[in-house]
Amino acid sequence: MELFNQPAHELKRMMDTGEISAFEIAKSVFKRIEMVEPKVEAYVTLTEGQAAAQAKEADAKIKKGEGRGSLFGIPLAIKDNMCTKGVLTTCSSGILKNFIPVYDGTVVRKVSDAGLIMTGKTNLDEFAMGSSTETSFFGTTRNPWDLETVPGGSSGGSAAAVAAGEAIMALGSDTGGSIRQPAALCGVVGLKPTYGLVSRYGLVAFASSLDQIGPITKDVTDCALLLQAIAGQDERDSTSVDINIPDYNKALVADVKGMKIGLLKEMMGEGIQDEVKTAIKNAVDVFSKMGAEIIEVSLPHAEYALSAYYLIAPAEASSNLARYDGVRYGHRTSEKVKDMIDMYMKTRAEGFGNEVKRRIMLGTYALSAGYYEAYYGQAQKIRTLIVQDFEKAFDKVDAILSPTSPTTAFKIGEKFENPLQMYLSDICTIPVNLAGLPGISIPCGLSDGLPIGLQIIGKPFDEMTVLRTAYAFEQAYGFKERPKLD
Amino acid sequence: MVSEKAITKKDVEHVALLARLALTEEEKERFTKQLGKILEHAGKIKEIDTSKVPPTSHIVPLDNVFREDKAGECLSQEEALSNAPEKEEGAFLVPKIV
Amino acid sequence: MIFPPPLREGGLRGRVDYIPKESYEAVIGLEIHVELNTESKMFCACPVSFGEKPNTQVCPVCLGHPGVLPVLNGKAVEYATLIGLSLNCEVTEFCQFHRKNYFYPDMPKDYQISQYDLPLCVEGYLEVGEEKGVSRIRITRVHMEEDTGKLIHIGGSGRIHGADYSLVDFNRAGVPLIEIVSEPDIRSPEEARMFMQKLRSIILTLGVSDCNMEEGSMRCDANVSIRPVGQKEFGTKTEVKNINSFRSVQRALQHELDRHIDTIDSGDRVVQETRHWDDAGGVTTSLRSKEEAHDYRYFPEPDLVPLISDKPKVERMKKALPELPDARRVRLMEQYGLPKHDANVISLSKATGDFFEEVMETYEDARKVSNWILVELGALLNQANLEIDECAVTPRHLIDLLKLMDKGTISGKMAKDIFKESFDTGKLSSVIVEDKGLVQLTDEDAIGKIVEQVLAENPKAIEDYKGGQERVVGFLVGQVMRLTQGKASPDAVNRLLKSKLNNK
Repeated sequence: MELFNQPAHELKRMMDTGEISAFEIAKSVFKRIEMVEPKVEAYVTLTEGQAAAQAKEADAKIKKGEGRGSLFGIPLAIKDNMCTKGVLTTCSSGILKNFIPVYDGTVVRKVSDAGLIMTGKTNLDEFAMGSSTETSFFGTTRNPWDLETVPGGSSGGSAAAVAAGEAIMALGSDTGGSIRQPAALCGVVGLKPTYGLVSRYGLVAFASSLDQIGPITKDVTDCALLLQAIAGQDERDSTSVDINIPDYNKALVADVKGMKIGLLKEMMGEGIQDEVKTAIKNAVDVFSKMGAEIIEVSLPHAEYALSAYYLIAPAEASSNLARYDGVRYGHRTSEKVKDMIDMYMKTRAEGFGNEVKRRIMLGTYALSAGYYEAYYGQAQKIRTLIVQDFEKAFDKVDAILSPTSPTTAFKIGEKFENPLQMYLSDICTIPVNLAGLPGISIPCGLSDGLPIGLQIIGKPFDEMTVLRTAYAFEQAYGFKERPKLD
Repeated sequence: MVSEKAITKKDVEHVALLARLALTEEEKERFTKQLGKILEHAGKIKEIDTSKVPPTSHIVPLDNVFREDKAGECLSQEEALSNAPEKEEGAFLVPKIV
Repeated sequence: MIFPPPLREGGLRGRVDYIPKESYEAVIGLEIHVELNTESKMFCACPVSFGEKPNTQVCPVCLGHPGVLPVLNGKAVEYATLIGLSLNCEVTEFCQFHRKNYFYPDMPKDYQISQYDLPLCVEGYLEVGEEKGVSRIRITRVHMEEDTGKLIHIGGSGRIHGADYSLVDFNRAGVPLIEIVSEPDIRSPEEARMFMQKLRSIILTLGVSDCNMEEGSMRCDANVSIRPVGQKEFGTKTEVKNINSFRSVQRALQHELDRHIDTIDSGDRVVQETRHWDDAGGVTTSLRSKEEAHDYRYFPEPDLVPLISDKPKVERMKKALPELPDARRVRLMEQYGLPKHDANVISLSKATGDFFEEVMETYEDARKVSNWILVELGALLNQANLEIDECAVTPRHLIDLLKLMDKGTISGKMAKDIFKESFDTGKLSSVIVEDKGLVQLTDEDAIGKIVEQVLAENPKAIEDYKGGQERVVGFLVGQVMRLTQGKASPDAVNRLLKSKLNNK
């Protein structure tokens, strides 16, 4: 039994009984990294030295009876769009290829306080804009299940690392599906919390009204543990909500008897791969057998969600990414410049990749004089309609099921030249971001050796029900496959 | 005033200037085509009558979030400038502005 | 309603009392920025402080580092609300920050967190011109935003044009800033100056800003146009920026109005543009802007949640507003019997009003006090280019001086000299009098002897007096004063001289 393949709660149990040490876990993970990273390329930066020192420190503390936290000493990979003091934070962009933050983001500080040990910073689509990690300045991460396919994105590095055993657990961020879709494509668990549950301070902003940090883990139990470590109001984030954080461990009950579970009509039709539909139907049967009541629900405005998202997110991004201007940090053109404007234009043209440029252009256009009402303004109203759709659906059910991704992992390069096609990858996840709801993706099958993800959506701040539903399914379904990389 | 015309290369040039992106001719052509397609698809949202729908700019049910007016720690000058592409005498150096 | 920010520009001429050629009327609207004197910045905990080494009053938030978020300073909102209330504005029920997007190296995020169509306060007014007839200037809005950093231009004699490169200091970035926008209700440069003075006085009374134009904690941009008297439509406006002293408000506007009139009179058209006031040259100049037309792409700041007005709190704040200059003026007239002009000038500056009232706590003659403050002290302050609360003379100094005069210890003439010395050195009058032995000579025997001596030395004068030439008395008084080094009581000298002359 390889340590790197174990979930955190199992490793923790073994540490508690004294079978293994934090150092041994870290060693196992870094050995695994050494072996498979050349194939997977999940990381932008590895922090092995720092991790080894921290693991030894953790062991010393454990020996003294300190460090009793449920994730103390567990190796964690962090998506490279979260600021880590003194450690390169690139957002997988050329414009930040040399950027070393002078501060730790709130979540980074929280996981460190919880005793988690950072293994490194994982690859992503540049500034989290993409669904495949192909837009990364540092190259594409491979799906551990099939190295010819994408791991999904934008948290592709984190999902691939967890799937490949290159990390016990990982942090991702999700703006339109960036945690759930790669989790689905890599056969792991990924949760996007309710907007406002987890602090965004230190998460490099893509679309501020949609971004959330969340866990990517090997199972639902780990997901609950990591969520516990990162949730909570932060005085540095005005949009983080002051609520009592429940004990998510208590959600881990394999019982959905009498629960009302919705199946999203709009996401079981056209555009969804047949094998995915079949897997979701099987999942529905599993819930049925466990005694849940299955009710078909509808989001009448879901068909507009993608369009609304691809106006709102680029608009906010165009403003959020203005600061990469070559003045205070990051890349500056080395070409001769006439003046300030010339410097800005060359620096940004050199520093940003194609997808980022495309979205900055799109967002700038959507906000510009004469178009605001028709595009950004209208998109915000659509957002209201989608929120209302979900509210109506949740009048009838406790949780809603859908596929996470319309397809299993696609071939590298397959959609790269066709942005619209690529944007469709997020069709099932985007409405959840627009409505700010919690959503989880858990493995629910394989097709041609590639994982399929089941999405479970909950009411605002009802992560408990989401986790419970997911846990019940996980226990009943028992997805045990791991990618064969060796 | 919404132009129903597709986005033109001139629009792309204007937007690129607003966004401070130097584009090559090839990029201008490509973006004109791609943005046109995306906007055509996004234009779908115009179909719905939303005259009675309020916009959602914040999804969280929060208002009046304040910080106490207390001064805290600053960065040192060295830290502040640690990532600066070019600096001089404790300040960030930029090319001439006009 | 979009208020594009001004660029830079300048103009000259400086006839303070210039009246636009009768056929034209000035139309002026002001946009005034005031830095609040909170302890910390608008959206982060960096201190609001000036004169520190560059880039030492900064943190990741106000440097616009990746991943940072703003959190609103509650005190700044309170201060801004106070300003709005004191300008008779309505505090809006729902207020929202917006991002104003444009690239400039002094702006860390390349967008400014500002307010757009949902500002904090709207629809107020300010009255000016109490002496010549009151004008009510409407206030469109009062909103909050963050200040930018500062640019230092290197080469090209420190000006933006011709500089080789520039240096950026972000210490000021994120300092809370209030923008006050007036309707185009101002009809002369003088009225603009009065508006600025009244506004400053109000804000100083509230104590929420230092309002120092020279140091940039109060800045003024003006929209200027002219139109034929009687015409309703506005002429083409220009925006004048970089007006950075009270003195230059009137000068800059007068210059710009003259320029408009000259332009139109010579058959040209005024071009709508932003112009930069060059105080040294006394001219406004156009910044040839190769930048595209402004398109700020405002959208609601997703990182900051809305402000919902707390009505009871706003009502309490309104009731608790301190006495503002207009109310003080009325009270000064009623309570102390000050004439309108005196009451007006004294109430227009909070510091002057405070000075006056502090003296009046221990002194009775209001007219005398106001006279000394407005005439003697006013002249000294003007010469020294100081504000009343910046000079060495305090209310205690004036009380001390007035009492010495009342006791007859010093004469009015001596008082003026002593006051000047107090002003220069900060010494109390009584100390100066004692140090120099400047006590007024009131001993009539002693004065009588000197009078005798003077009369004995000037027999011709006595003859002239007897011959009806009363003027010689002045000469003789002068001689006595000379011999007593000015210390003799003028009253006593006059009296003794006349009686002795009449007895000769």
